[in-house]
Amino acid sequence: MSADGSSSTAAVAERLVAPVARTSDGAVRRGWRRARRRPPALVGAAVVLLFTALAIGAPWISIANPIKTDWGQIRKAPSWAHPFGTDDLGRDVLSRVVWGTRVSMQAGVFAILLAIAIGVPVGLAAGYYRGAVDQVIMRLTDAWLSFPFLILAIGLVTILGPSLTNATVAIGLGATPTYLRLTRGLVLSTKEEDFVQGARALGAGDPRLMARHILPNIWSALVVQATVSIPGAIIAEAILSFLGLGVQPPTPSWGTMLNTAQQFLESAPWMAWWPGLAIFFLALSFNLAGDGVRDLLDPRDY
Amino acid sequence: MVDFLVHRVLISVVTLIVISLIVFTGVRMIPGDPARVMGGTDADSAGLEEIRQKYGLNDPIVVQYLRWVGLAIRGDLGESIRTRESVVHTVARKLPITMELAFLAVLVALAIAIPAGIFSAVRRNTIWDLVANTVSLCGISIPSFWLGIMLILLFAVRLGWLPASGFVPFWQQPFGNLQRMLMPAFVLGAGLAAVLMRQTRNSMIEVLSADYIRTAYSKGLARRVVIFRHAIRNGLIPVVTILGLQMGALMGGAVVTEQIFVVPGFGRLIVEAVFTRDYPLVQGVVLITASSYVLINLLVDASYSLLNPRIRIRGAAGER
Repeated sequence: MSADGSSSTAAVAERLVAPVARTSDGAVRRGWRRARRRPPALVGAAVVLLFTALAIGAPWISIANPIKTDWGQIRKAPSWAHPFGTDDLGRDVLSRVVWGTRVSMQAGVFAILLAIAIGVPVGLAAGYYRGAVDQVIMRLTDAWLSFPFLILAIGLVTILGPSLTNATVAIGLGATPTYLRLTRGLVLSTKEEDFVQGARALGAGDPRLMARHILPNIWSALVVQATVSIPGAIIAEAILSFLGLGVQPPTPSWGTMLNTAQQFLESAPWMAWWPGLAIFFLALSFNLAGDGVRDLLDPRDY
Repeated sequence: MVDFLVHRVLISVVTLIVISLIVFTGVRMIPGDPARVMGGTDADSAGLEEIRQKYGLNDPIVVQYLRWVGLAIRGDLGESIRTRESVVHTVARKLPITMELAFLAVLVALAIAIPAGIFSAVRRNTIWDLVANTVSLCGISIPSFWLGIMLILLFAVRLGWLPASGFVPFWQQPFGNLQRMLMPAFVLGAGLAAVLMRQTRNSMIEVLSADYIRTAYSKGLARRVVIFRHAIRNGLIPVVTILGLQMGALMGGAVVTEQIFVVPGFGRLIVEAVFTRDYPLVQGVVLITASSYVLINLLVDASYSLLNPRIRIRGAAGER
């Protein structure tokens, strides 16, 4: 931060005069300055935004109908009309990859939201109240963690039946223990901080302490964890769909596309390239962006 | 240490009980009448009643649970609906194949991750470190099943060097077995290698800045000796723990890998069981997988406390 240290005294004075009004603006600018120092993270974030735009805008962007079959265009190599080629039913692979973004983003984001929605409150309660509640919750979490994620998802899908929603629920439940443990650990250390003890001394009740004093302080760690676990969830959805346990045809999804592609590796290898590349780039971008978010939210680096 | 182990074993037992409860409840949540599921679609009402009597489905749920656990402990997990073979036998037949795959995958992962992790820790912030980190980041981001498909495309379809799929037992054709296991083991090991490499790097960096390493340097030891005799011993301890915790991911990964390379192991078994709605088989496989995960990690912790005096002493002091 030496570059900022040399900024003029006028700027310092200005900040002193109007501290409140400038706070949020300053935070944004400071964030941007730090982000700019990390080009990989910026590229990652940009690609994530691009995929998000694709997911939302699929109906307007797609050049062809992703589920329209064309018997005259079966397994055609990439060309001007079909830049990514066509699949075994003559459907446009580019269009299917674009629509597949929707499924993947949806599954990844909602699964992690579910994990947060369950894991954070329960972890908060466990860490805050300790005692028997904590013991019971932690033993349940241990047991839950012993089911390898995919085995758990397979078990749940067996019970619930294969669909995108059920796959998302299975992935979310699989990721829940991570958030529960993380929250609990953070709460355990934050609870002992002076400002929390101070607020308690001033008469703040449990709900207020948790919501106003503890949660805002552990939030950034949770956001970082979310950024790095979304790519895992996206890959997980692709795996479940690949195994036939997720999205059902004819809805285009990267996993199901790869499943079909595997049967035509000799005659139509392009069917296997694009969906896999899409998963790879999206996951990589999330991971790069996640590293950036981690730096950005790290309070030690002010 | 005994205290630590006893505590650890008790926790594992509680975890196993909770696991059995989850699996038992899970199977009960399957929509439909279990008797109908077991009897198939052409069973009449008398047949269904007979099944209910035979399996005690009319008993209170607690009695049913206790009976199920009692049988499970004695190694009876029922029989597959489809093949009528006992679940334990079916699993025992398939498990060695998956264990071979997992073992080879761990070898591959360690062979890549440990040297790469140590190297990039020692050469921290050089171009080599950057390369190693980039490869590791890609390894985490690449979906293993797509990597498998791409390898088949390259080595089997294009180059024709390796068979795309299939399996022969090791004791029949050792070379043919390894030849067919090469790609699956690499695919399954790659993701693990990426995780382990990061862990090795971080923990080596931490160890290399420790006081005793500086002491070792200052008494004139060669860099090679310091790294390989002093740093590695402590640096690799966390890697072992991570390896234990990654066993779950490895078992999950085996399911997908076996699916792609048509390896007739445990993973293919469970996917087939799901599609044929073979509930006792799914139940048995899930129970066995979760229990073995608990036991593996218990063993990792136990070996840990034997190897690491700090844990040994802390355990003896009664701390947790």
